[in-house]
Amino acid sequence: MVRVKSPKNLWAGLMFIGIGLFFMIGARNYELGSAARMGPAYFPMMVGGLLALIGAVVFFQSLVVRGENVAAFPFRLILCMTVALLLFGYLLKPLGLVAALTLLVVVSAVAGHEFKLREALVLAVALIVLSVLVFVKGLGQPFPLWPAFL
Amino acid sequence: MEMQFLDNLALGFSVAFRLEHILYCLMGVLLGTLIGVLPGIGSIPTIAMLLPVTFGLSPTTAMIMLAGIYYGAQYGGSTTSILVNIPGEAASVVTCLDGYQMARQGRAGPALAVSAIGSFFAGCVGTVALAMFAPPLAELALKFGPAEYFSLIVFGLVGATVLAHGSLLKAIAMVLVGLLIGMVGMDANSGVHRFTFGIMELVDGIGFIGLTMGVFGISEIIANLELKGSREVFTDKDMRLIPSREDFRRMWPPILRGTAFGTALGILPGGGGILASFGAYALEKKVSRHGHEFGTGAIEGVAAPEAANNAAAQASFIPMLTLGIPSNVVMALMIGALMIQGIAPGPQVMKEMPQLFWGLVASMWIGNLMLVILNLPLIGMWVKLLTVPYRFLYPSILVFMAIGIFGVSNSPFDVLLMAAFGIVGIVFSKLECEPAPLILGMVLGPMLEENLRRALMISRGDPSIFFTKPISAGFLVAALVLLVIVLAPAIRRKREEVFVED
Repeated sequence: MVRVKSPKNLWAGLMFIGIGLFFMIGARNYELGSAARMGPAYFPMMVGGLLALIGAVVFFQSLVVRGENVAAFPFRLILCMTVALLLFGYLLKPLGLVAALTLLVVVSAVAGHEFKLREALVLAVALIVLSVLVFVKGLGQPFPLWPAFL
Repeated sequence: MEMQFLDNLALGFSVAFRLEHILYCLMGVLLGTLIGVLPGIGSIPTIAMLLPVTFGLSPTTAMIMLAGIYYGAQYGGSTTSILVNIPGEAASVVTCLDGYQMARQGRAGPALAVSAIGSFFAGCVGTVALAMFAPPLAELALKFGPAEYFSLIVFGLVGATVLAHGSLLKAIAMVLVGLLIGMVGMDANSGVHRFTFGIMELVDGIGFIGLTMGVFGISEIIANLELKGSREVFTDKDMRLIPSREDFRRMWPPILRGTAFGTALGILPGGGGILASFGAYALEKKVSRHGHEFGTGAIEGVAAPEAANNAAAQASFIPMLTLGIPSNVVMALMIGALMIQGIAPGPQVMKEMPQLFWGLVASMWIGNLMLVILNLPLIGMWVKLLTVPYRFLYPSILVFMAIGIFGVSNSPFDVLLMAAFGIVGIVFSKLECEPAPLILGMVLGPMLEENLRRALMISRGDPSIFFTKPISAGFLVAALVLLVIVLAPAIRRKREEVFVED
């Protein structure tokens, strides 16, 4: 069993190999052409191959050269932020800016260390007023303010 | 030549002094200072966030405002470094070292003043360098064919990886990832939809605004939330701003050296404020007679990096405006802004739109002046802003990013993209993969492919064309030299030393 010396580089190497192979496999659907008349697959094949090669070097280096461990992944924070943004993105048109921003602020505030609902709501109101003034009134962005069904 | 230079400057000032341009310049520098002061949001996500807003402006106005944000942030970042010991901007990390020590000794005022004076002086010199070097460079670049352009882009990308910190190999890999991401969408030559997987929104390519905001903005917020830390703000009621005569005497040599160093580095691909400030600090520590005082509140340790980062910020406009090659992520965003405005960046911009180029140059000088005049009196207000807790700050940043990205195409898809690349950005940072080379690769990718294709078509597939044309060969040799220099053990150690304070 080989001992991994640098987990960070191990994963980085695997990531590069994966991305490189992904694009090379994807490029097989397009015409390759030749150096003089390159098809759409030529450049992705070249770059993808080079990336996979470098990824392999990084991977094997990680077995030899000592490096750091990968720090813990902040799953809770990522979940809060992603959900908050997606709620905003997909509910802005059906529910309007007021509801979408309230959701964005409250859900993202949950991620913080000291969440207080009252505080988050006050912040949401302030940001809604500011956004309406700047983006809707000032810059004329065509966002609906209230739900479409009202 | 002389006369033309003056004519050009006159044209520039006539453009820059238009009321709307002065207003947008002021707005840019104030906003830049604001985000520069606030730790946790940098100039990259801010400029990305504001790009959609500039769609409706004229190209000149848009560039003036975006440029103002960039150099304004360099000023603002130092305020936070000195008063709170947290860099407001990555480029002001080294200013913390001596600036904060000065503040602790009750000399926050002179430290802030030195940083403002140094930045202003450097900004003026950087602007003059831009006005002087850009025209001949653009003239030269107009003669470039596809082979020359291909090699120039390769040189630029290699430069970006060499000067990025961390592992060189991983930086090169990140450039390649960027090139691949840049290929998503319709191929300009064949019309084939590459890597779109039937998703219509991807036909125009992966939006670089959403990607940049995700990788730099969202992941930065999450990284900040992971750390728990308290800030200690130095708020001295009656702060003396004026440096003493001794301070004045000691600050000029480092300001001059920092400016020269920063200007030279800024022109290089991959250069920019961060490297310039680190390098200038290390250099100053070596050559200064007060080198042994560094780290304990030496005024030279504030003057040199502050001058250098601002000089580099101005000088990095040179390759962007003359060659269409961005030397850092902010310049890549500027190129994106030009393309959105329907302007193909490159040497022809200066000929075809002199009012844009010279107006921008003149506005930078005006903007720098505004920063000096405004910033010192406004210090009190910026300090107050620093006391706003992060739990109010980050949802606000998120709101502006979300609204900004939604406005790009008025669809939730870009929001989804931004959120997804936020996660990707965290993976990158956990694996210590610098995202900056990726962005440059992504922006330059289509140009690189196009020029490679054309050059090889001319040579009927013979790759020796890149070595037989002298200018092209020159760029490739220069790229190789850069790589060798970095890989040479002695300099490698030095490079690690320079970045060790990070």
